[in-house]
Amino acid sequence: MDIGFVLAQSITQALGVTAIIYCLAAIGLNIQFGYTGLLNFGQVAFVTVGAYSIGVVVVTMGLSLWLAIPIALLASVILALILGIPTLRLRADYLAIVTIAASELLRLVVRSIALRDIFGGVNGINGKIGEQFHALNPLPAEFVTPYLTFSRQDAWVVLVGWVIIAIISFGVWLLVRSPWGRVVRGIREDEYAVVSLGKNVFVYKMQALILGGMVGAMGGIIWAIAKQSVQPDTFVPDVTFFTYTILLLGGAARIFGPIVGAILFWFLLAGVGEFLSQAIQAGWIDFLKPTDVGPIRFILVGIGLMSLMIFRPQGIFGDKRELALDGR
Amino acid sequence: MLQRRRTIVGAFLLLFIGLFGLAGTAPAMAEGSAIVGVITDPSGNPVPDVLIGVAAEGFTETGTTGPDGAFRIEIPKGGSYEVSIDVTTLPEGISLAKAEDESRTLLVLGGEKKIIIKLVDGEGTESAGPIDPETGEASVSATGGTGQQVIQLFFDGILFGILIALGALGLNLIFGTTGLTNFSHGELLTLGAFTAIVLNELGVHIIIAAPIAVIFSALIYGGGQNKLLWKPLRRRRTGLIASMIVTIGLAITLRYTLLLFFGGSPRSYQQYAGMTGISIGPFSTTPKALILAAIAVVVLAVTVFWLQNSRIGKATRAVSDNPALASTTGINVERVISVVWILGAGLAAFAGIYLGLTQDVTWNMGQRLLLVMFAAITLGGLGTIWGAIVGSLVVGVFIQMTTLFIPTEMKTVGALFLMIVILMVRPQGLLGRRERVG
Repeated sequence: MDIGFVLAQSITQALGVTAIIYCLAAIGLNIQFGYTGLLNFGQVAFVTVGAYSIGVVVVTMGLSLWLAIPIALLASVILALILGIPTLRLRADYLAIVTIAASELLRLVVRSIALRDIFGGVNGINGKIGEQFHALNPLPAEFVTPYLTFSRQDAWVVLVGWVIIAIISFGVWLLVRSPWGRVVRGIREDEYAVVSLGKNVFVYKMQALILGGMVGAMGGIIWAIAKQSVQPDTFVPDVTFFTYTILLLGGAARIFGPIVGAILFWFLLAGVGEFLSQAIQAGWIDFLKPTDVGPIRFILVGIGLMSLMIFRPQGIFGDKRELALDGR
Repeated sequence: MLQRRRTIVGAFLLLFIGLFGLAGTAPAMAEGSAIVGVITDPSGNPVPDVLIGVAAEGFTETGTTGPDGAFRIEIPKGGSYEVSIDVTTLPEGISLAKAEDESRTLLVLGGEKKIIIKLVDGEGTESAGPIDPETGEASVSATGGTGQQVIQLFFDGILFGILIALGALGLNLIFGTTGLTNFSHGELLTLGAFTAIVLNELGVHIIIAAPIAVIFSALIYGGGQNKLLWKPLRRRRTGLIASMIVTIGLAITLRYTLLLFFGGSPRSYQQYAGMTGISIGPFSTTPKALILAAIAVVVLAVTVFWLQNSRIGKATRAVSDNPALASTTGINVERVISVVWILGAGLAAFAGIYLGLTQDVTWNMGQRLLLVMFAAITLGGLGTIWGAIVGSLVVGVFIQMTTLFIPTEMKTVGALFLMIVILMVRPQGLLGRRERVG
């Protein structure tokens, strides 16, 4: 058992590509759920659209990555409009069911055999998706991350990813302090009060859905670029639920909530996973198999999500007064 | 009086539908058809990265086994397929037990077709090189005339609808009485099916194991869950959105706990696993599908009759209408909620066993049906008894019938799409009363 290695692995995961992707998805969800109170259970759909747009434009169509990124963001706006127009007038529970259904619908479409020529069926899209981005890598060829275990390629994605997160978070900070932010928080607390002030609640909700969706799609874009592969069955509703866990862990309706949540979530998840794997290999735990580590990590997420919601719905940073979670 | 007459008519309608439904075949899974299997080496360890090819006329697909040795290759429709294994991707020193297993032709009727691949230690038999999927020569078997196909799909749909209704009724009752959108309802199906399989593997015949599992599920997973989790949360005045997220956490926990203890490969009950199909008139089916559907219809009819006529059933509807008002008239709301959880979990467990007998028992079987159940109750009307049943039948028939126009693997897409459209034009559902939903 090498505790130093376990720690290094955990920190690598906590700052790594996956954490960045989930952090972006959670920032988007924070705009929708945290500030506006939209119970979007289909955040993974925006990640899917971001990732697949890049894959389709770059690999299937053979166009430039720099063209693919604006197309991906535009596609997420279109998805938000399609999703929002029928559902944003509905009560929270209806919205939840419809958004989760829409995200599954999207996954079933992109993995279908009928559209295999475009989306690649169950194998997804693989190839040099992020080549143009990785070509810009300024890190020296013999670059080795001190202490952590990033490859040169991942280190470049991670650097850019956290800069993007910083910029987006700053934008969100400006936005929620603006009059717009006050209106959407008003919608979350009491929709009728906002309506009585003459605000068009539907438009504000739609704007929140679009903004949150675009940030989520940004996560998908980084996914496609970093992993150079887009596979349909990774975009399951569990991604949305992980994102909720991250947001609730860090604290909804807080700028640093998604960031702290993502780092802590992946640190804990990777730490537990790595620790168990090592302990099993070292023979300390003989009632588990190495393949059991995956399910155990999921079980911990499930228990974590339940306990957070029951005992500390405001998360680490959250303010209970800020967030009176209640439907109807 | 009018109420009672409607009830009796309804119960008859249900029986009638059921009798017709008997002529159908086993309901197909919500997801598309697929060829599945697990490859393990002679000592039982999973073998990853084995390349498997499936070919039929105008269709080829390849897949590889995952770290758990399992593979799943989706196919567009039932028919005859040639399945070939690329023996060059097997680990060194391991070969197929029977050389002719390298390529086999099999008939898939729909749902998941499990194939068994046996491996042995020792010299590899001669290998034919990597698969060239383009040369798959199997031909798709001819299906019946279109008219017959329509009728067959309609009855398949009714049967599938009956299965959905078992799950959806409980889901809708819980929603009606507590307002909780229960995303862990699918796991109630799975838990029921697994409880039965544990008993079954201990040597209890499934006919005895099934009712025991249903009662156990109803009391422990339903009643117990309500008492230990939801009652304290109601007392803490946890909001509905927070509760909804709790159900998601619960669903993840339960699902992966089952995966941890039982593994990912599909299981079957020891009795009635492989059953030869029979033909009744123009329909093909299996005897177990007929019997299960008949039992399900009787169970549903009795449940609906009881809900509409017994004191506690009427109290259930009163609580659904207005819990505060119901409690002022002396109805014990907590007791009603408890009954609803017990009933809902019992019905769900039966649905799980039903699904397990006609298909396989897997750790995520309930989850795969959850969205279809939600589609059914949104369509029929959230919180209503008849809404759940009518919605389920409509969704079941819709899912099966759309396979005439779209590939089988996309049939759930149709149902989810239908749900979204219904919400746009009639948010309260087909049978729901108009109320504020926005």
